[in-house]
Amino acid sequence: MTEATALYDVPGPHTRRRHAVYGVLSTAVILALVAWLLYLLFDTGQFTYTKWMPFAYEGVQELLLRGLGNTLKAFAFAAVLSLALGGLLAAGRLSDHRTVRWPATLVVEFFRAMPVLVMIFFIFVALKVQPLPALVAGLTLYNGSVLAEVFRSGVNAVERGQREAAFALGMRKTQVMVHVLAPQAVRAMLPAIISQLVVALKDTSLGFLITYEEFLHAGKLIASNLDYDLPFIPVVMVISPIYIGMCMLLSWFAGWVSRREQRSPKTEAVVPATAGPGALLPGGEPPMAPRP
Amino acid sequence: MNVLTDNFHTYAEGFLGTLELTLYASLLALALGFVMASFRVAPVRSLRVFGTAWVTVLRNTPLTLLFFAVLLGLPRFGLVLPFDVFAVLALGCYTSAFICEALRAGINTVPTGQGEAARSLGMSFGQTLSLVVLPQAFKSVIPPVGSTLIALAKNSAIAGAFSVTELLGTYKTINELGYNIVWTFVWIAVGYLIITLAISALFNLLERKYGVAR
Repeated sequence: MTEATALYDVPGPHTRRRHAVYGVLSTAVILALVAWLLYLLFDTGQFTYTKWMPFAYEGVQELLLRGLGNTLKAFAFAAVLSLALGGLLAAGRLSDHRTVRWPATLVVEFFRAMPVLVMIFFIFVALKVQPLPALVAGLTLYNGSVLAEVFRSGVNAVERGQREAAFALGMRKTQVMVHVLAPQAVRAMLPAIISQLVVALKDTSLGFLITYEEFLHAGKLIASNLDYDLPFIPVVMVISPIYIGMCMLLSWFAGWVSRREQRSPKTEAVVPATAGPGALLPGGEPPMAPRP
Repeated sequence: MNVLTDNFHTYAEGFLGTLELTLYASLLALALGFVMASFRVAPVRSLRVFGTAWVTVLRNTPLTLLFFAVLLGLPRFGLVLPFDVFAVLALGCYTSAFICEALRAGINTVPTGQGEAARSLGMSFGQTLSLVVLPQAFKSVIPPVGSTLIALAKNSAIAGAFSVTELLGTYKTINELGYNIVWTFVWIAVGYLIITLAISALFNLLERKYGVAR
């Protein structure tokens, strides 16, 4: 066992033997499953030359790369804009003025409760916007609202003494926020922020549904080509490792930052957020800073 | 207002479609998530590896890609089912990874001493699990599972774009009839709000009844 749970004792020799038997059996079952999948793939002729031929063509490769580029472009826009909007909305929600705080709260709660796809379709269909701006706007509104909650909970989790000390030094409230609270909050919430960006990256694939020419769209074009014998499964086998790999890389980065922050003296005043179990879920709750 | 009253039938159909999709996918996600969570805490290494791989891959898959692969890919293997079943499969499998993580986190919150105490009282593994560990894990698992299921309800909108009868998909029918598009979306939004608020109310109730006293 890697971590101790309340479930088991340290196994004795008899139990260890039993577990070894279970291990062999379950390995056999899993291998059989994999073999059956491979058999299905071969049986339905997914590895024929015609189905894989398109990937050797430069035009097809360019199409895929252009799609990937468009995905990354949408992600870059959405990430930058939602970070900006998140900062703005968080500042609004933390404001001392009720006239600013209430509208900001309303905006955040509304966009968090709406499915992001409804927003995207609304902007695309009702406001008749081009696919890329519609996708970026929808992602920005949703992820910006979630990030606002992340920032806010980070600021609120900074130890009270920090704020009090800053005020005692004669700083004004903007100075306290900008020089003392925000830097510590951002550092501590960095893993949660990156996790939210993974959600944004995953959600760029929604552009496929509003005919934005992104990675999945390029795949669909190749997959529905009769000349190559409808190479649907090969396309999925090429596209998904790239997509999943990109997201995994980013979430691994979030985990790495989280581990690093946990031993950093710069975040002593606030407990760093770990990339928790709920993170990475589109439409899920924003990860909150643990209460000190 | 007349957008709603004139098209009440279409809206009701879409609303029920979303509700059904959410319900079945939730059941699948809870069942699969439970199985995967038990794999992930199992004393057998190959099961742990399988559970971890399942969670890691699905958590990092865009849901649209999964829908794309399931709805358009599985028929290539000669597996032809109605689109709603495929949608339930895709949504359920996807969400099961998050449910699994929530359940595992819940099991890990139970202090080791609880299990040790149960065993020293002479309880068997089954008794330890069903009388001591799971009841305590259940209490701390209610809020994260609730928010995961709310997210599932919101994600079910993607199924509408893959021609499953569902709330978001109703905009096409109503739009073709020439109704005001903004109001069409307003009522769709209200429909989603009703579903998510209902789930959130349900889990608040559960939490108040069984939750951890803090």
